Amino acid sequence: MSCSRRDFLKQSVASVAAAAMPAATFVLLTPEEANAMVEESVRRWIFLVDTEKCTGCGLCVKACKIENEIPYDAPVSRTWVERYVVTKDGQTHIDSPNAGRDGFTTGAIRGEEIDPENIEKAFFVPKLCNQCDNPPCVQVCPVGATYQTEDGVVLVDQKWCIGCGYCIMACPYGVRFFNPVTKTAEKCNFCYHRISKGKEAACVQACPFDARRMGDLKDPNDPVTQIVMTERVQVLKDEYGTKPQVFYLGLDEKVR
Amino acid sequence: MKNHVLRPLWLAIAVVAAVLIAREFLVPEDFGVHGDSFTYNFYRLGNVQEWKDFQVKYQGRERCARCHEEQSENNAASMHAIIQCENCHGPGVDHPKKIKKLLIDGSRELCLRCHQKLAYPSSQRSALPGIDGETHKKKKECRKCHDPHLPDLEDA
Repeated sequence: MSCSRRDFLKQSVASVAAAAMPAATFVLLTPEEANAMVEESVRRWIFLVDTEKCTGCGLCVKACKIENEIPYDAPVSRTWVERYVVTKDGQTHIDSPNAGRDGFTTGAIRGEEIDPENIEKAFFVPKLCNQCDNPPCVQVCPVGATYQTEDGVVLVDQKWCIGCGYCIMACPYGVRFFNPVTKTAEKCNFCYHRISKGKEAACVQACPFDARRMGDLKDPNDPVTQIVMTERVQVLKDEYGTKPQVFYLGLDEKVR
Repeated sequence: MKNHVLRPLWLAIAVVAAVLIAREFLVPEDFGVHGDSFTYNFYRLGNVQEWKDFQVKYQGRERCARCHEEQSENNAASMHAIIQCENCHGPGVDHPKKIKKLLIDGSRELCLRCHQKLAYPSSQRSALPGIDGETHKKKKECRKCHDPHLPDLEDA
Protein backbone atom coordinates (compact mmCIF):
# COMPACT_ATOMS: atom_id res chain seq x y z
CA MET A 1 0.00 0.00 0.00
CA SER A 2 1.43 3.33 -1.02
CA CYS A 3 0.41 6.61 0.44
CA SER A 4 2.01 9.96 -0.20
CA ARG A 5 2.50 12.35 2.69
CA ARG A 6 0.09 14.80 1.01
CA ASP A 7 -2.66 12.12 0.72
CA PHE A 8 -2.12 10.97 4.27
CA LEU A 9 -2.54 14.52 5.65
CA LYS A 10 -5.59 15.20 3.46
CA GLN A 11 -7.32 12.04 4.60
CA SER A 12 -6.46 12.64 8.24
CA VAL A 13 -7.88 16.15 8.18
CA ALA A 14 -11.04 14.97 6.40
CA SER A 15 -11.70 12.10 8.79
CA VAL A 16 -11.05 14.22 11.90
CA ALA A 17 -13.41 16.89 10.57
CA ALA A 18 -16.10 14.33 9.82
CA ALA A 19 -15.76 12.72 13.24
CA ALA A 20 -15.96 16.07 15.00
CA MET A 21 -19.23 17.00 13.34
CA PRO A 22 -22.23 15.96 15.45
CA ALA A 23 -25.52 15.00 13.88
CA ALA A 24 -27.12 18.10 15.40
CA THR A 25 -25.19 20.29 12.95
CA PHE A 26 -27.53 19.20 10.19
CA VAL A 27 -30.80 20.03 11.97
CA LEU A 28 -32.39 23.11 10.49
CA LEU A 29 -34.56 25.22 12.76
CA THR A 30 -37.32 27.57 11.75
CA PRO A 31 -37.03 31.03 13.38
CA GLU A 32 -39.99 30.18 15.66
CA GLU A 33 -38.33 26.99 16.87
CA ALA A 34 -35.09 28.84 17.49
CA ASN A 35 -36.90 31.51 19.50
CA ALA A 36 -38.72 28.91 21.56
CA MET A 37 -35.40 27.39 22.57
CA VAL A 38 -34.21 30.65 24.11
CA GLU A 39 -35.62 30.77 27.59
CA GLU A 40 -37.10 34.07 28.60
CA SER A 41 -35.54 35.03 31.90
CA VAL A 42 -38.03 36.22 34.45
CA ARG A 43 -36.17 38.77 36.51
CA ARG A 44 -33.10 40.93 36.61
CA TRP A 45 -32.10 41.64 40.19
CA ILE A 46 -30.67 45.06 40.92
CA PHE A 47 -29.54 46.74 44.11
CA LEU A 48 -29.84 50.36 45.15
CA VAL A 49 -27.63 51.90 47.82
CA ASP A 50 -28.65 55.30 49.16
CA THR A 51 -25.44 56.62 50.70
CA GLU A 52 -27.30 59.68 51.99
CA LYS A 53 -29.27 57.44 54.35
CA CYS A 54 -26.47 55.23 55.64
CA THR A 55 -25.47 56.00 59.21
CA GLY A 56 -22.74 53.40 59.51
CA CYS A 57 -24.49 51.24 62.11
CA GLY A 58 -23.09 48.10 60.46
CA LEU A 59 -26.18 45.98 61.20
CA CYS A 60 -26.18 44.93 57.55
CA VAL A 61 -22.70 43.45 57.82
CA LYS A 62 -23.59 41.61 61.01
CA ALA A 63 -26.77 40.18 59.48
CA CYS A 64 -24.96 39.19 56.29
CA LYS A 65 -22.24 37.31 58.12
CA ILE A 66 -24.71 35.33 60.23
CA GLU A 67 -27.17 34.69 57.42
CA ASN A 68 -24.53 33.43 55.02
CA GLU A 69 -22.44 31.51 57.58
CA ILE A 70 -19.33 33.61 56.99
CA PRO A 71 -16.87 33.10 59.90
CA TYR A 72 -17.81 35.94 62.22
CA ASP A 73 -14.38 36.89 63.50
CA ALA A 74 -12.36 36.20 60.35
CA PRO A 75 -11.31 39.37 58.50
CA VAL A 76 -13.53 38.55 55.52
CA SER A 77 -17.03 39.70 54.63
CA ARG A 78 -19.43 39.59 51.72
CA THR A 79 -20.47 43.17 52.32
CA TRP A 80 -18.82 46.01 54.18
CA VAL A 81 -19.31 49.65 55.09
CA GLU A 82 -16.63 52.24 54.38
CA ARG A 83 -16.27 55.54 56.21
CA TYR A 84 -14.97 58.56 54.34
CA VAL A 85 -13.90 61.65 56.23
CA VAL A 86 -12.68 64.54 54.11
CA THR A 87 -10.85 67.17 56.15
CA LYS A 88 -10.46 70.83 55.31
CA ASP A 89 -6.82 70.32 54.31
CA GLY A 90 -8.08 68.21 51.39
CA GLN A 91 -7.10 64.84 52.85
CA THR A 92 -9.46 61.87 52.67
CA HIS A 93 -9.44 59.43 55.58
CA ILE A 94 -11.00 56.06 54.81
CA ASP A 95 -11.56 53.08 57.09
CA SER A 96 -13.73 50.04 57.55
CA PRO A 97 -12.83 48.38 60.87
CA ASN A 98 -13.94 44.72 60.85
CA ALA A 99 -15.74 45.50 57.58
CA GLY A 100 -17.99 47.77 59.66
CA ARG A 101 -19.46 44.74 61.42
CA ASP A 102 -19.55 46.48 64.81
CA GLY A 103 -20.46 49.88 63.44
CA PHE A 104 -18.42 53.02 63.89
CA THR A 105 -18.36 53.86 67.57
CA THR A 106 -15.40 56.21 67.66
CA GLY A 107 -14.36 59.29 65.73
CA ALA A 108 -10.78 58.04 65.39
CA ILE A 109 -9.74 56.67 62.01
CA ARG A 110 -6.90 54.14 62.06
CA GLY A 111 -5.99 55.41 65.52
CA GLU A 112 -5.89 59.01 64.38
CA GLU A 113 -8.23 61.45 66.14
CA ILE A 114 -9.83 63.94 63.78
CA ASP A 115 -10.92 67.32 65.06
CA PRO A 116 -14.66 67.68 64.28
CA GLU A 117 -14.04 71.35 63.49
CA ASN A 118 -11.69 70.27 60.74
CA ILE A 119 -14.16 67.98 58.92
CA GLU A 120 -15.43 69.23 55.59
CA LYS A 121 -17.63 66.26 54.81
CA ALA A 122 -17.99 62.73 56.11
CA PHE A 123 -20.20 59.87 55.06
CA PHE A 124 -20.61 56.10 54.93
CA VAL A 125 -20.68 53.93 51.81
CA PRO A 126 -21.93 50.32 51.93
CA LYS A 127 -20.34 48.03 49.38
CA LEU A 128 -21.19 44.57 48.09
CA CYS A 129 -20.92 42.46 44.96
CA ASN A 130 -22.04 44.44 41.93
CA GLN A 131 -23.41 41.34 40.14
CA CYS A 132 -21.92 42.75 36.94
CA ASP A 133 -23.70 42.12 33.69
CA ASN A 134 -20.25 41.55 32.19
CA PRO A 135 -18.49 39.84 35.09
CA PRO A 136 -14.70 39.52 34.80
CA CYS A 137 -14.64 36.99 37.66
CA VAL A 138 -16.73 34.57 35.61
CA GLN A 139 -14.57 34.94 32.52
CA VAL A 140 -11.40 33.93 34.34
CA CYS A 141 -12.74 30.85 36.15
CA PRO A 142 -10.86 27.91 34.63
CA VAL A 143 -13.30 25.22 35.80
CA GLY A 144 -16.74 26.78 35.33
CA ALA A 145 -17.35 27.09 39.06
CA THR A 146 -18.68 30.61 38.90
CA TYR A 147 -21.43 31.72 36.59
CA GLN A 148 -24.28 34.09 35.98
CA THR A 149 -27.82 32.89 36.58
CA GLU A 150 -30.76 33.72 34.33
CA ASP A 151 -31.84 36.47 36.70
CA GLY A 152 -28.45 38.09 36.66
CA VAL A 153 -26.86 36.96 39.94
CA VAL A 154 -23.29 35.69 39.85
CA LEU A 155 -22.95 32.54 41.95
CA VAL A 156 -20.03 30.36 43.05
CA ASP A 157 -20.41 26.59 42.90
CA GLN A 158 -18.67 25.62 46.12
CA LYS A 159 -18.47 21.96 45.16
CA TRP A 160 -16.86 22.77 41.83
CA CYS A 161 -14.50 25.58 42.90
CA ILE A 162 -10.85 24.50 43.14
CA GLY A 163 -9.82 27.58 45.11
CA CYS A 164 -7.29 28.85 42.57
CA GLY A 165 -8.12 32.47 43.37
CA TYR A 166 -8.15 33.82 39.81
CA CYS A 167 -11.59 35.33 40.31
CA ILE A 168 -10.48 37.03 43.53
CA MET A 169 -7.75 38.78 41.56
CA ALA A 170 -10.01 39.54 38.60
CA CYS A 171 -12.72 41.42 40.50
CA PRO A 172 -12.02 45.16 40.19
CA TYR A 173 -14.17 45.82 43.25
CA GLY A 174 -12.39 43.42 45.58
CA VAL A 175 -15.64 41.81 46.69
CA ARG A 176 -14.39 38.24 46.41
CA PHE A 177 -12.41 36.51 49.11
CA PHE A 178 -11.23 33.07 50.09
CA ASN A 179 -13.62 31.40 52.50
CA PRO A 180 -11.42 29.88 55.22
CA VAL A 181 -14.03 27.21 56.05
CA THR A 182 -15.10 25.93 52.64
CA LYS A 183 -11.70 26.73 51.07
CA THR A 184 -13.42 28.16 48.04
CA ALA A 185 -14.00 31.57 46.52
CA GLU A 186 -16.83 33.40 48.24
CA LYS A 187 -18.82 36.52 47.56
CA CYS A 188 -22.16 38.23 47.98
CA ASN A 189 -24.92 36.56 45.98
CA PHE A 190 -27.71 39.03 46.84
CA CYS A 191 -28.86 36.36 49.36
CA TYR A 192 -29.99 34.20 46.45
CA HIS A 193 -31.71 31.76 48.83
CA ARG A 194 -33.79 34.58 50.28
CA ILE A 195 -34.69 36.56 47.17
CA SER A 196 -35.75 33.44 45.31
CA LYS A 197 -38.16 32.70 48.18
CA GLY A 198 -39.62 36.20 48.02
CA LYS A 199 -37.75 37.50 51.06
CA GLU A 200 -35.50 40.53 51.20
CA ALA A 201 -31.75 40.04 51.30
CA ALA A 202 -30.46 39.88 54.89
CA CYS A 203 -28.68 43.25 54.67
CA VAL A 204 -31.73 44.90 53.13
CA GLN A 205 -33.97 43.58 55.88
CA ALA A 206 -31.50 44.54 58.61
CA CYS A 207 -31.00 48.13 57.44
CA PRO A 208 -33.14 50.40 59.64
CA PHE A 209 -32.73 53.42 57.35
CA ASP A 210 -33.67 51.95 53.93
CA ALA A 211 -30.18 52.69 52.67
CA ARG A 212 -30.16 49.31 50.95
CA ARG A 213 -32.95 48.23 48.61
CA MET A 214 -33.45 45.60 45.94
CA GLY A 215 -35.56 45.52 42.83
CA ASP A 216 -36.29 43.83 39.54
CA LEU A 217 -35.05 45.72 36.49
CA LYS A 218 -37.51 43.90 34.23
CA ASP A 219 -40.52 45.19 36.16
CA PRO A 220 -41.14 48.81 35.11
CA ASN A 221 -43.42 49.38 38.12
CA ASP A 222 -40.83 48.32 40.65
CA PRO A 223 -40.03 51.34 42.89
CA VAL A 224 -36.29 50.63 42.81
CA THR A 225 -36.32 50.26 39.03
CA GLN A 226 -38.15 53.56 38.74
CA ILE A 227 -35.48 55.28 40.81
CA VAL A 228 -32.70 53.75 38.74
CA MET A 229 -34.45 54.74 35.52
CA THR A 230 -35.52 58.27 36.44
CA GLU A 231 -33.08 59.56 39.04
CA ARG A 232 -29.39 60.40 38.99
CA VAL A 233 -27.73 57.16 39.98
CA GLN A 234 -24.11 56.16 39.69
CA VAL A 235 -22.19 52.90 39.57
CA LEU A 236 -18.72 52.11 40.84
CA LYS A 237 -15.81 52.00 38.39
CA ASP A 238 -17.93 52.43 35.29
CA GLU A 239 -14.77 52.76 33.20
CA TYR A 240 -14.01 49.04 33.63
CA GLY A 241 -16.94 48.13 31.41
CA THR A 242 -18.25 45.52 33.84
CA LYS A 243 -21.79 46.95 33.79
CA PRO A 244 -22.43 46.82 37.57
CA GLN A 245 -25.99 46.22 38.72
CA VAL A 246 -25.57 47.91 42.11
CA PHE A 247 -26.58 51.54 41.78
CA TYR A 248 -25.68 54.34 44.16
CA LEU A 249 -27.55 57.48 45.11
CA GLY A 250 -25.52 60.41 46.41
CA LEU A 251 -22.12 58.91 45.65
CA ASP A 252 -19.17 61.25 46.23
CA GLU A 253 -16.29 61.51 43.76
CA LYS A 254 -13.91 60.47 46.55
CA VAL A 255 -15.46 56.99 46.59
CA ARG A 256 -13.52 54.50 44.56
CA MET B 1 2.88 -0.04 6.83
CA LYS B 2 5.18 -1.05 9.65
CA ASN B 3 4.14 -0.68 13.24
CA HIS B 4 6.58 2.08 14.14
CA VAL B 5 3.75 4.32 12.84
CA LEU B 6 0.87 2.28 14.18
CA ARG B 7 2.13 1.78 17.73
CA PRO B 8 2.17 5.46 18.72
CA LEU B 9 -1.11 5.89 16.87
CA TRP B 10 -2.80 3.17 18.94
CA LEU B 11 -1.32 4.76 22.06
CA ALA B 12 -2.71 8.16 21.08
CA ILE B 13 -6.14 6.66 20.41
CA ALA B 14 -6.06 4.82 23.73
CA VAL B 15 -5.21 8.05 25.60
CA VAL B 16 -8.03 9.94 23.87
CA ALA B 17 -10.47 7.13 24.62
CA ALA B 18 -9.39 7.01 28.27
CA VAL B 19 -9.88 10.77 28.62
CA LEU B 20 -13.32 10.61 27.02
CA ILE B 21 -14.41 7.70 29.23
CA ALA B 22 -13.12 9.39 32.37
CA ARG B 23 -14.84 12.60 31.36
CA GLU B 24 -18.13 10.75 30.95
CA PHE B 25 -17.98 9.69 34.59
CA LEU B 26 -16.46 12.83 36.11
CA VAL B 27 -18.51 15.57 34.47
CA PRO B 28 -22.04 15.81 35.90
CA GLU B 29 -24.91 15.52 33.47
CA ASP B 30 -26.07 19.07 34.00
CA PHE B 31 -22.68 20.65 33.44
CA GLY B 32 -22.34 23.16 30.63
CA VAL B 33 -25.70 22.30 29.09
CA HIS B 34 -27.33 25.57 29.88
CA GLY B 35 -27.47 28.86 28.01
CA ASP B 36 -25.75 29.95 24.87
CA SER B 37 -22.53 31.49 26.14
CA PHE B 38 -19.42 29.59 27.14
CA THR B 39 -18.14 32.72 28.84
CA TYR B 40 -20.98 33.00 31.33
CA ASN B 41 -23.00 29.79 31.17
CA PHE B 42 -20.39 27.07 31.48
CA TYR B 43 -21.43 25.66 34.84
CA ARG B 44 -23.30 23.00 36.79
CA LEU B 45 -26.99 23.87 36.50
CA GLY B 46 -27.91 21.98 39.68
CA ASN B 47 -25.91 24.43 41.74
CA VAL B 48 -28.56 27.12 41.26
CA GLN B 49 -31.04 24.97 43.16
CA GLU B 50 -28.43 24.17 45.81
CA TRP B 51 -28.06 27.89 46.50
CA LYS B 52 -31.83 28.35 46.57
CA ASP B 53 -32.03 25.63 49.23
CA PHE B 54 -29.54 27.39 51.53
CA GLN B 55 -31.04 27.88 54.99
CA VAL B 56 -32.73 31.20 55.74
CA LYS B 57 -31.72 32.49 59.20
CA TYR B 58 -33.36 35.89 59.60
CA GLN B 59 -37.14 35.54 59.75
CA GLY B 60 -38.35 39.14 59.88
CA ARG B 61 -40.38 41.03 62.47
CA GLU B 62 -43.74 39.76 61.20
CA ARG B 63 -42.91 36.27 62.45
CA CYS B 64 -41.80 37.63 65.85
CA ALA B 65 -45.05 39.57 66.19
CA ARG B 66 -47.12 36.38 65.97
CA CYS B 67 -46.15 35.45 69.53
CA HIS B 68 -44.50 38.52 71.06
CA GLU B 69 -47.44 40.86 70.66
CA GLU B 70 -46.68 43.27 73.47
CA GLN B 71 -43.06 43.93 72.56
CA SER B 72 -43.91 44.24 68.89
CA GLU B 73 -46.69 46.75 69.51
CA ASN B 74 -44.53 48.81 71.83
CA ASN B 75 -41.68 48.78 69.41
CA ALA B 76 -43.89 49.64 66.45
CA ALA B 77 -45.09 52.77 68.26
CA SER B 78 -41.60 54.00 69.02
CA MET B 79 -38.72 55.54 67.12
CA HIS B 80 -37.15 52.09 67.13
CA ALA B 81 -39.92 50.76 64.87
CA ILE B 82 -37.43 50.87 62.00
CA ILE B 83 -35.18 48.34 63.71
CA GLN B 84 -35.80 44.65 63.11
CA CYS B 85 -36.17 42.51 66.25
CA GLU B 86 -33.44 40.17 65.03
CA ASN B 87 -30.91 43.00 64.73
CA CYS B 88 -30.61 42.92 68.51
CA HIS B 89 -31.91 39.46 69.41
CA GLY B 90 -30.11 37.46 66.75
CA PRO B 91 -31.63 35.34 63.98
CA GLY B 92 -34.84 33.52 64.87
CA VAL B 93 -34.23 30.51 62.67
CA ASP B 94 -34.38 27.70 65.23
CA HIS B 95 -36.48 29.61 67.73
CA PRO B 96 -38.57 28.48 69.50
CA LYS B 97 -38.19 24.82 68.51
CA LYS B 98 -34.49 24.17 69.06
CA ILE B 99 -33.38 27.40 70.69
CA LYS B 100 -35.68 28.16 73.60
CA LYS B 101 -34.55 31.70 74.34
CA LEU B 102 -33.01 34.15 71.93
CA LEU B 103 -30.16 36.39 72.92
CA ILE B 104 -30.82 39.66 74.70
CA ASP B 105 -27.89 41.85 73.76
CA GLY B 106 -27.72 44.61 76.37
CA SER B 107 -24.24 45.77 75.48
CA ARG B 108 -23.41 49.44 75.12
CA GLU B 109 -21.66 48.65 71.86
CA LEU B 110 -24.96 47.65 70.27
CA CYS B 111 -26.60 51.01 71.08
CA LEU B 112 -23.48 52.97 70.21
CA ARG B 113 -23.62 51.66 66.64
CA CYS B 114 -26.14 54.43 66.05
CA HIS B 115 -26.04 56.58 69.18
CA GLN B 116 -22.34 57.32 69.45
CA LYS B 117 -22.27 60.99 68.47
CA LEU B 118 -20.26 61.52 65.34
CA ALA B 119 -20.30 65.10 64.09
CA TYR B 120 -20.43 64.30 60.40
CA PRO B 121 -22.11 67.27 58.71
CA SER B 122 -22.99 65.51 55.44
CA SER B 123 -24.22 62.25 56.95
CA GLN B 124 -27.53 61.20 58.46
CA ARG B 125 -25.51 59.92 61.39
CA SER B 126 -25.35 63.41 62.88
CA ALA B 127 -29.17 63.61 62.74
CA LEU B 128 -29.54 60.70 65.17
CA PRO B 129 -29.72 61.43 68.89
CA GLY B 130 -26.21 60.73 70.08
CA ILE B 131 -24.02 60.69 73.17
CA ASP B 132 -20.32 60.30 73.71
CA GLY B 133 -19.85 56.70 74.81
CA GLU B 134 -16.59 57.64 76.52
CA THR B 135 -18.18 60.08 78.95
CA HIS B 136 -21.91 59.24 79.21
CA LYS B 137 -22.48 56.83 82.19
CA LYS B 138 -19.54 54.82 81.03
CA LYS B 139 -19.97 51.75 83.23
CA LYS B 140 -23.74 51.35 82.85
CA GLU B 141 -25.74 49.36 80.33
CA CYS B 142 -27.99 51.72 78.36
CA ARG B 143 -31.10 49.64 79.09
CA LYS B 144 -30.79 50.32 82.82
CA CYS B 145 -32.28 53.76 82.06
CA HIS B 146 -33.66 53.53 78.50
CA ASP B 147 -36.16 50.89 77.39
CA PRO B 148 -34.96 49.76 73.96
CA HIS B 149 -38.53 48.85 72.96
CA LEU B 150 -39.90 52.24 74.00
CA PRO B 151 -36.96 54.62 73.81
CA ASP B 152 -38.78 57.84 73.02
CA LEU B 153 -41.90 57.48 75.15
CA GLU B 154 -40.22 57.59 78.52
CA ASP B 155 -39.80 61.38 78.39
CA ALA B 156 -43.50 61.94 77.79
